[in-house]
Amino acid sequence: MIPANARLFRIFCVPLVPGMPLSVKHLLGIRDLTRQDIDLIFQTADNFKEILKRPIKKVPTLRDTTIVNVFFENSTRTRISFELAERRLSADVINFTASASSVRKGETLIDTVNNILAMKVDMVVMRHSAVGAPHFLAGHIQAAIVNAGDGINEHPTQALLDAFSIRERLGKVEGKKVAIIGDIMHSRVALSGIYCLQKMGAEVMVAGPPTLIPKYIGEAFGIRVSYDLREALAWCDVANILRIQLERQNMPVFSSLREYSQAYGVTRAILESLGKEIVIMHPGPINRGVELNSDVADSGNSIILQQVENGVAIRMAVLYLLAGQREEPAD
Amino acid sequence: MSFVRNSPDRENPPIHRNLKTILSESRLSITLDRLCHQLIENHLQFTDTVLIGLQPRGVFLSDRIHSRLTHLIPGIRIPYGKLDITFYRDDFNKGEALHIPNQTHIDFSIENKKVVLVDDVLYTGRTIRSALDAMLDFGRPVQVELLVLIDRRFSRELPIQPDYTGKSIDSIISQKVRVFWKDRDGKEEVVLID
Repeated sequence: MIPANARLFRIFCVPLVPGMPLSVKHLLGIRDLTRQDIDLIFQTADNFKEILKRPIKKVPTLRDTTIVNVFFENSTRTRISFELAERRLSADVINFTASASSVRKGETLIDTVNNILAMKVDMVVMRHSAVGAPHFLAGHIQAAIVNAGDGINEHPTQALLDAFSIRERLGKVEGKKVAIIGDIMHSRVALSGIYCLQKMGAEVMVAGPPTLIPKYIGEAFGIRVSYDLREALAWCDVANILRIQLERQNMPVFSSLREYSQAYGVTRAILESLGKEIVIMHPGPINRGVELNSDVADSGNSIILQQVENGVAIRMAVLYLLAGQREEPAD
Repeated sequence: MSFVRNSPDRENPPIHRNLKTILSESRLSITLDRLCHQLIENHLQFTDTVLIGLQPRGVFLSDRIHSRLTHLIPGIRIPYGKLDITFYRDDFNKGEALHIPNQTHIDFSIENKKVVLVDDVLYTGRTIRSALDAMLDFGRPVQVELLVLIDRRFSRELPIQPDYTGKSIDSIISQKVRVFWKDRDGKEEVVLID
């Protein structure tokens, strides 16, 4: 189909009626989701949040489902959050870390995952340092795939839980001004965040040092770009502050962390000088004293711990919705 | 795969189908009154009794029962909750459509309480089985009773029977029972759809 028609095809074929299933079989990125998909995930997450407040925080829904968490890259929060979500849904969980596996012996990605799937696994949650690794896998295997971060591309569940947390704190996402501040270049949270917030109708600005903001990101997404922290904070309702990803930076993009902190570190003093309240978010892990000072991170404006809490509910919703529409593999 | 929203507004009956009234508005009102009096007969002051309506369609009935009981016994406060059983269904990923959850709202413990479960139509009994399962997460009740408006007899797949029945009917699998409520559908009626 030619590209012009492909767009129309998408517009007419996406579920427009509430109550339809997700338009995707895998969660590879927010880019593939529709507004309806995101609303459905949020609505389902609301119900899981209620379950997480009960004395018994567990439902038997996925008791016949086996989920493998394949992490080729380090993670604490995301893996614990996924694992907790899977266990709260009564799924059987297998954890797989690349450092302790045959990947070190030269096995390919498809072989590794196919071997795991041969043991009757239904879903794969994967983090990989290569962009597109989950997309590649989705084309080759039967199981439903959830992207838990692929290189500098996307981290969809983080973006969903960020938007969900904004919705929880401010009532809605639509019309809110959200500034994403810090290392935009190397951040998958930023990219997924931009997709998600725009689909939910929020206004987005990215801010940070020019060396950490892709040159044409403003034109590409129709978002605001600022190189001035104060300007960004003065504009926004919500500030999502990102970590400097030193491990992904191949060349020096600023002189020192100290200099970065001087120019882009969010402090109580700056926030107080704005004369308005803004919501502070951070996907973690925080480098205290670099991008965010402790007096802000631990203040009442910060919803960082709520983000972590909501992460479990969002991931339960995603797993529930994807598990419910996977097709039984033919034996 | 098909997909349904597990919500009150699904299944609008096509007009060309045969509708047979099982309970008219006036009969329905009398039946609700009787059910309330039967509850009072067994539970008197409702000291240890709680009412739980099943989402999505049972809550319309339990709303009525709860407000009528509150009128009938002045000054009474009966703990009343709504339970969603979506995550406890036994047909998840069994080729059935995926159900979208509804809200559960039970802000009290049912530990050592007498529970009256309320649903509109009892058919295979599988919803009630799920509800019994879901309820255990809120405590261990001393007793559980089941109140239904319509009991579709001889169609049970599990050994579950109601304690309070509005009306028992005989129906075949291809038929559907639908309950209309004034606050939702603008009319009050129970019909059998062929």
